[in-house]
Formats: sequence, structure tokens, C-alpha cells
Amino acid sequence: MSVWNDVVGQEAAIGILRRAVGAADELVRAGRGLGVDSAEDAGEAAAVSGGMTHAWLITGPPGSGRSTAARAFAAALQCPEGGCGICHACTTSLSGAHADVSLVATEHVQLRVDDVRPLIQLAQRSPSAGRWRVIVIEDADRLNDSSGNVLLKAIEEPPPRTVWLLCAPGADDVLTTIRSRCRRIGLRIPPVAAVADLLVRRDGADPAIAAFAARSAQSHIGLARRLALDEAARIRRREVLKLPSTLRSVGAAVLAAGQLVEVCAEESKARTTERDAEEKSTLLRSLGAEGLSTLPPAVRTQVKQLEENQKRRATRAQRDVLDRSLIDLLSLYRDVLVLQLGANGREDSIELVNAEMAELIEAEARHSSATATLRRMEAIGVARERIEANVSPLMALESLMVQLRPAA
Amino acid sequence: MAAAGAGSRSRSGSKSTSKANNPIVTPDAVRPAPVLLVVGSESVFADRAVSNVLAAARAADPETEVERMEAAGYLAGMLSVATSPSLFGGGKVVVLENVEQANEALVTDVTGYLKDPSQEACVVIRHSGVLRARPLLEAARAINAPEVQCQPITRDDEKVEFATNEFRRGDRKITAAAVRALVDAVGNDLRELAASCSQLMNDDETARIDVDSVERYFGGRVEVTGFKVADAAVAGHAEEALVLLRHALATGADPVPLVAAVAMKVRGLAKVSAAGRGSSASMAKSLGMAPWQIDRARRELNGWDESGLATAVMALAEADAGVKGGGRDPVYAVERLVLTVAQSRR
Repeated sequence: MSVWNDVVGQEAAIGILRRAVGAADELVRAGRGLGVDSAEDAGEAAAVSGGMTHAWLITGPPGSGRSTAARAFAAALQCPEGGCGICHACTTSLSGAHADVSLVATEHVQLRVDDVRPLIQLAQRSPSAGRWRVIVIEDADRLNDSSGNVLLKAIEEPPPRTVWLLCAPGADDVLTTIRSRCRRIGLRIPPVAAVADLLVRRDGADPAIAAFAARSAQSHIGLARRLALDEAARIRRREVLKLPSTLRSVGAAVLAAGQLVEVCAEESKARTTERDAEEKSTLLRSLGAEGLSTLPPAVRTQVKQLEENQKRRATRAQRDVLDRSLIDLLSLYRDVLVLQLGANGREDSIELVNAEMAELIEAEARHSSATATLRRMEAIGVARERIEANVSPLMALESLMVQLRPAA
Repeated sequence: MAAAGAGSRSRSGSKSTSKANNPIVTPDAVRPAPVLLVVGSESVFADRAVSNVLAAARAADPETEVERMEAAGYLAGMLSVATSPSLFGGGKVVVLENVEQANEALVTDVTGYLKDPSQEACVVIRHSGVLRARPLLEAARAINAPEVQCQPITRDDEKVEFATNEFRRGDRKITAAAVRALVDAVGNDLRELAASCSQLMNDDETARIDVDSVERYFGGRVEVTGFKVADAAVAGHAEEALVLLRHALATGADPVPLVAAVAMKVRGLAKVSAAGRGSSASMAKSLGMAPWQIDRARRELNGWDESGLATAVMALAEADAGVKGGGRDPVYAVERLVLTVAQSRR
């Protein structure tokens, strides 16, 4: 048992992090921290701190397990055994309950200044019970210019026992000034077999379904888990993939886009509505305004703020769901392209992501050309960018579906 | 919770049925009654109803006292003071304005008053139709108080009907085309439309008002909404669409809703093009459009083919990105959209 168990297919990165944990352990035993107190101290400090540093940027494609790796690293830093996975320090760090490990993530589109400002003070405090104060920002790519700048100083020179762990898809996704203050660890896309193995081992999924899910999700661990455990998600995915073959005319394309947006809105609503209502009633109860037909003005502003936050969360949820559907579509055309380029018949053949839909993919490959497929993949990319840029999702998808029509 | 509960039980609009069966009267036919309801957000109708009541009451008794009260500033007891018989005789009309903003005192007093309304006084309850203080309305309906419903008018054909009625009320003749031109010129605001009708009736001496007179008084004035721009673009009239677009922008329309209006139009066309034959009423639900929208889209589809629609749909997403910060000039993005859409029609 080890804290690294759930970080699959990342042997190289784990090696580096393990060395860092070892160095950190030595520092703690020597009663020191990171940083240099005086000039004569510098050589010694460098020798001891070796693989450890005060700020890390963990990058890797979505679903490669960035935040899992960050949590595992945090746990290993807190654990006297260097990450046994069973002691109190390890389990609390992994679950996010450790007093000295702060996990920062957002359900909104951006991490705003008000969200991160408390971290500056927090970083200055010594660890209370554990060995290090670890601050994990799971969505460092969602820091905007102002919230990123606010953190610069705190990340650059934290106290001796504070460690920052930032996670982002790529180094380009964080401000240059933040990037340059961090040591970068790159995660790779984990192998399909490793992901499937994890689903069986950790989530108790059926091996066959786990293999299918890992392949369909293209090794995105979180997605694969959903696909493996939720049958509705599998059905929805299949429906999305079948969508292009139903686009006989512009009208059909527009209707299909409308349906897709509606389905995604429903899914994100299903996830948020219940929580929204619960949060509101909890807030009203804690404000002592439960059951009042008209809210006093002071309470009303708080409720309004909560509702605004919930709305932001819903926007993000809907965009996430849509984006996932678009990635599914992208995988379909990737398969079509593989067939059209004849890349799957040779010895070092490339596997189809959606092998179970081979018939549909073959038909599509026969009826179009590689150029057309590439153009469609490009269109999907444009639609994703547009949705990210706040274009009405319906319009972005209508335009996309029109371009996915067989005739176009 | 009580307010919400009462709201869901009561009628949500003039067309829905409800348990209440108090008499409904038009603003013109309203007569003084012990308790009168004037419900709805269209102030033109509400004001007309109130002034008709006052006129009728004064006609019956020139000594009638009129008292107007704002619901928000109401103090307990004011209603009973106002409705109690006057020493000098004469009727009483009490107009409670903005009852949707009622405070506790007013709710208590009116609820009490409704149990035993004075037969000598006329209490007019003016309420905008929102959810607040609706229990008062329910209580008044329960004692069969006559009700004037003042629903806002939004659709163009309703506005034409309204204007036609205005001229009929004034006993004047007007051609259909003239009414149309008048609605086009000043139709955005109903109060302005009503005022323009009466101005036209006063100023114009001809026996039958025609388009020329409307042009003389209101010519050169066009109130443009995004939908008009969209209509012109979809009809393939590029020049007209551009002129309208400029009008709209000059009168303060924002590019984002303009794009949305064109999108709605083009989306409707595309949906209807895929729907095939069949009665518009039966398709309304599956397409998510009103039957009259479907019929209209069918007419407008003339001249559109698949590739034209495809170009238009793609131009929309591009324009939406353009007006939302994806391009340098939002106005240029809409302008290009309007041109592309108009030229996509063959």
C-alpha cells in the first residue's frame, strides 16, 4: 500500500516526486526548512534540499490524474514513512481533511481574486500538526490575470515549511510569471491498460466494461470512471456518436444541435439543482430566515449572492458537459481518419477508440475523404473554442452540426 | 409561503381559467362598484379604467370625493377614514395605487374591509399582477368584485387591433394601411401609440385618415427592433436590412441581442425546412415554435435552399463570437452577418 497507488502510468513523474519526498524528509529531520537564511548557509542548504523545492507545477493532459498526483505528493510529504498510504497523515491528506493540506478548486469558470486572497495569509503560517504546509491549487489554469498576480509574491518566497502545488493542463495555461517560480513535473497520458486496471482495482468495475471505458475515454481517468460506473453516461455517449449520421439536412442539423444543448443542460441541471436547493435552505437556516415569505433586505443580498454563484456554477457545468460531448465527437472523426489513412491495417496498427462502432465509422470513412474529415475535426475545435469564449452554445453547435452534414 | 401558494392557485393570465368567477369588464365599460379590481401591468388600460370610473362617479354625483393612496406609504386606518360617509354627503372613490407594494397595515385593513365593504364608497384596487399581495386579489374576487384586466400588448397584430379600436372609439375612419404605418412608426410603447392616435384624430380634418396623413405627422420615423432587421435580412433585402440595422443601432440597440434576433429567425427557417408538410398546429410542439411562426417561416422559406441556410447558420456563430469579444468591432460583425444572411437567399 502506498499513496502512489492511484497515480497510474506515471512512473517517471513518481520517481522525481519520491526523491523530493526523501529530500524533504531529511530537511524535516535536520530541523530545517526550504530557503536560504545566509550566504554561508547556501551550499549546505542546496545539498540537503536536493530534490525538494517550494513550488511545483504539475502539468498533464486532462484526466491524467494531476490532482491525484498532487494529493499523493502532499500525503507523502506529511507522512513520517514517506507515503505509506495507511497512516492518519496519509489518509487525511488524500481525503482533503488534513489541517495542513489545503485543496483549492473552483466550480466556476474562473478562480477569482477573492477566492485566492486568503491563501496569501495561509501560506505564511507554519504547519500546525503535520510536517509541511501544503497548498494545492487544482485549477491553476483557471487563475485569471488578477488572481494570478495576487499570488506571485506568496509563491515566490514562502516560509521555510510551505509548499505550493499547482495543477494545470499545460505550462502555457498559467501566467509566465507564475510558471517561472515553479518546478515543473509533466504527467503523460496513462496507458489504456493501466487505467482499466485502476478502475477494476479501485472502483470494482467489471473488467470488460473497464477496458471499454478506458479506451472510449482515451485514458481520461475521471471520464473512464464515469463511463464504467454509469450506464446512462454510456448510452448518452453512444447517442452523441450516432448524431452525425442523422444530419440529413440543415434543418435536421439545427434540430440536432438544439437537442444536444438541451440534453447537456438537463444533465448539468440534474447535477446542480438538488444541491442548489439544499444550499439555499442551509443558508436561510443559518441566517435564521427559514420559512419567511419575504426576506429582510440584509438577508436578501446574501441569498442573491448565493444564487449568482450557483448560476456561475451551472454555466461551468453546462460547458463542461458540452465540451465532453464534443471531445467524444472528435474521437469519432479521429477513428474515421485512422481508417481513411489506412493506419490500422499495418503491424504497428493504431487501435480505434470507438471499436464498438466500427460499422458506422467504416461507412463514414468510405463516404468522405481525409480532407473532409480533417475539416470536420477543425470545425469541432472551433466550436469548442467558441463555447469557451462565451458564444451561445446553441449557435456554436448549430454551426458545427451544419458542417458535419454528410454533404458539406 | 402563503403568497406563493395563493399565486399558483390563481389565474396567471387573462386567458387561463380559474376558480374565481367574478365579472370581467373592459376598461371602457367599467362602472363604479363597491370594490373594483384593476389588475395588470399595462398602465394605459389601467389609467383609462380608473379615469372612466371617476368620470362615471362624478357624472352620477358631482360632489364625489376622490382619494388616491400609495400602497407603500399606507398607514393603518386610512382606508376606513376614507371610506366612511362624508358629513357633507356625496360619494367617495378611493384609489389604492400599486397594491403589489402593500405593507402589512394595508393588507390587514383591506382584508378586513372586504368582509363588509361600504355600499356608498367605491374602492379601486390597482395591482400590477405580480405575485406579491395576491391574496388580497383573491379575497376581492371571492366577493365578486368586478375586475379590469390590463395585460400588456406585445404582438404587432394586437397593436394594430388596439389602434383600430382607438379610432373606432373616437368615431373616426382610418384605412388599414394607415393604422399599419402608425404602428410601425410609434408602436413600441403603447402609451405613445394611444397618444398618437388621439393627436391624429384631433389634428387631421379629413373624413377618412389615410397613409398620407400618418406620413405627414409621423413620417421618417421608424422604430426598429432586432426582429425587423432579421425579417428584412431573411427576406433577402440587403439594403433595407442594413438601413434598419443602422436605425436600430442609432436608437440604442445592442449588437448581441441583434445577432440573437437574426439567429432566432434563421433557426426557425431551418427547423421548418426539415419538418415537411403537416398542419402547423400539430408541429408546433415538436419544433418549439408557435403555429403562426411556423406558417410565417413557411412563407419566408421561399427562395432559401440548403446551402444558403448552411451559410447563414455558420455566419451566425461567427457573428456571435464577433460581438462577444472575438472580433474588433461588434457593429461590423452584425453588419456582415446581416449582409451574409440577405445574400444567402437566392
